[in-house]
Amino acid sequence: MSKTALKTTEAAPVAAGAGRAAVVAFPLPRPTLAETLAPKLRSVATAVVPPAIVLGLMLLVWEMLCSSPGASLPPPSQVVTDTWELIANPFYDAGGIDKGLGWHLLASLQRVALGYAFAVVFGVGLGVLVGQSQWAMRGLDPIFQVLRTVPPLAWLPLSLAAFRDGQPSAIFVIFITSVWPIIINTAVGIRNIPDDYRNVARVLRLNGFEYFHRIMIPAAAPYIFTGLRIGIGLSWLAIVAAEMLIGGVGIGFFIWDAWNSSMMSDIILALVYVGITGFLLDRIVALIANSITRGTAKS
Amino acid sequence: MSKAYLSIQQVDKTFTRGSASTNVLKSISLDVDKGEYISIIGHSGCGKSTLLNIVAGLTDATTGVVFLEGEVVDQPGPDRAVVFQNHSLLPWLTVYENVALAVDKVFRKTRSKAERHEWTMRNLELVHMGHAKDKRPAEISGGMKQRVGIARALAMEPKVLLLDEPFGALDALTRAHLQDQVMQIHQTLGNTVLMITHDVDEAVLLSDRIVMLTNGPSARIGEVLDVPLARPRRRLDLVTDPTYLRCRSAVLKFLYERNRFVEAA
Repeated sequence: MSKTALKTTEAAPVAAGAGRAAVVAFPLPRPTLAETLAPKLRSVATAVVPPAIVLGLMLLVWEMLCSSPGASLPPPSQVVTDTWELIANPFYDAGGIDKGLGWHLLASLQRVALGYAFAVVFGVGLGVLVGQSQWAMRGLDPIFQVLRTVPPLAWLPLSLAAFRDGQPSAIFVIFITSVWPIIINTAVGIRNIPDDYRNVARVLRLNGFEYFHRIMIPAAAPYIFTGLRIGIGLSWLAIVAAEMLIGGVGIGFFIWDAWNSSMMSDIILALVYVGITGFLLDRIVALIANSITRGTAKS
Repeated sequence: MSKAYLSIQQVDKTFTRGSASTNVLKSISLDVDKGEYISIIGHSGCGKSTLLNIVAGLTDATTGVVFLEGEVVDQPGPDRAVVFQNHSLLPWLTVYENVALAVDKVFRKTRSKAERHEWTMRNLELVHMGHAKDKRPAEISGGMKQRVGIARALAMEPKVLLLDEPFGALDALTRAHLQDQVMQIHQTLGNTVLMITHDVDEAVLLSDRIVMLTNGPSARIGEVLDVPLARPRRRLDLVTDPTYLRCRSAVLKFLYERNRFVEAA
């Protein structure tokens, strides 16, 4: 402690002298293109290089493990050569279910979009009701808590029986999977609106609608979007499983079909696409959340 | 019915939870004239904020009534604008939007859009926050937030301005600065102000009268002290002013001799 204090007193006059000597007005040179780009490139590199290295190592290990003639799964090089037709033509259509992966993904995304849209509308609506009304919470919350633990696919036979068609059944499974986290998070968000905001609304005499869209929704938005993000993740999980069972066009059925024809490389390619799509869906909802809550979710 | 501008008459407040009930305020009566600056001081937990909330209409009195210009107060409203202790700005709105929300709600029918914009800006300028109108509450300091809170309350053109420990969460320097600004605004606009505080200097500096509450439960008005200091008041001149010192010691005596804070309460 005393040592460092001594050091700083010694160093101070030197630094001050150096400071005085250095006061010379230089015109600021205009930064060149390379100078402005360098920091950006560096930040991109720090984000991209580590995962690229890890990915490369994983592919290398996989390649080595599966290169032996008796291996049950194809190595990555094999996967690429096997599926090059699929990678190169994502949107070919040879009739029936023989379509490019792009079409399969689009069909799945369409189902998710419909089911998820219903879930958002019902989930936020019911969540607001449960969050606002003590009675609705007492009545509905226990039922929600039980129903949300039912695995998505357990709903499929029931919905097939009710709708007598694969398409609406799959959409219903998406809906029922993603609606619970949306309801529960919305309700928690509404219940957690600080009394201060309610008091502001009361002093201003905001009416019901004004309170809803000026106070309630923005205040609960961080919670609501947490629910929406969990919901989109769950719906993407559920769609693959549901499509395996209902058949038709869709990435889930594509995987099942590939398994039945023992085309392991196709399955691996489909898994990569499913993973990337799920990741993108999550990022999209997160981006929307960020732009709507304007970053207040953090503060 | 009293002729006073704001009249608090025989207000009692009892909170009941299950079978247990606590009497917080006991027969509080107070008349406030138009343009008066009243401070309510007392130890924490004595029910100061409850009293302010009753005047604001945010809490109902168990018995007793509050009249404002002869009308019974039974719900919150912009004629009794509140500056909350922790500013209560809406974090998803900018500084301008926070004030504009109040202005648009209160003057939607009586003023044009341009007039409302002009009025919002005028109030922000009044608290010297016009430069930060596009900032969000998270981006400005605590003192600035409280200034926006004051601008929002003033913009409603309230009959009574209710300040709930408005400077409580601020550091001493910022607090002094804001006190001076509030004094100046009171001087210019002549608002009727009811302020909750636990700061003796603040109470003496700002108020025309200081209402001292006894310790809870069942807090009563123990004493009302007139502060006969001429306005405008200047902080530095007052430090040695005999009237100021007399008032200050009267409040201190009340708080620390006759109504010492009871730890158990």
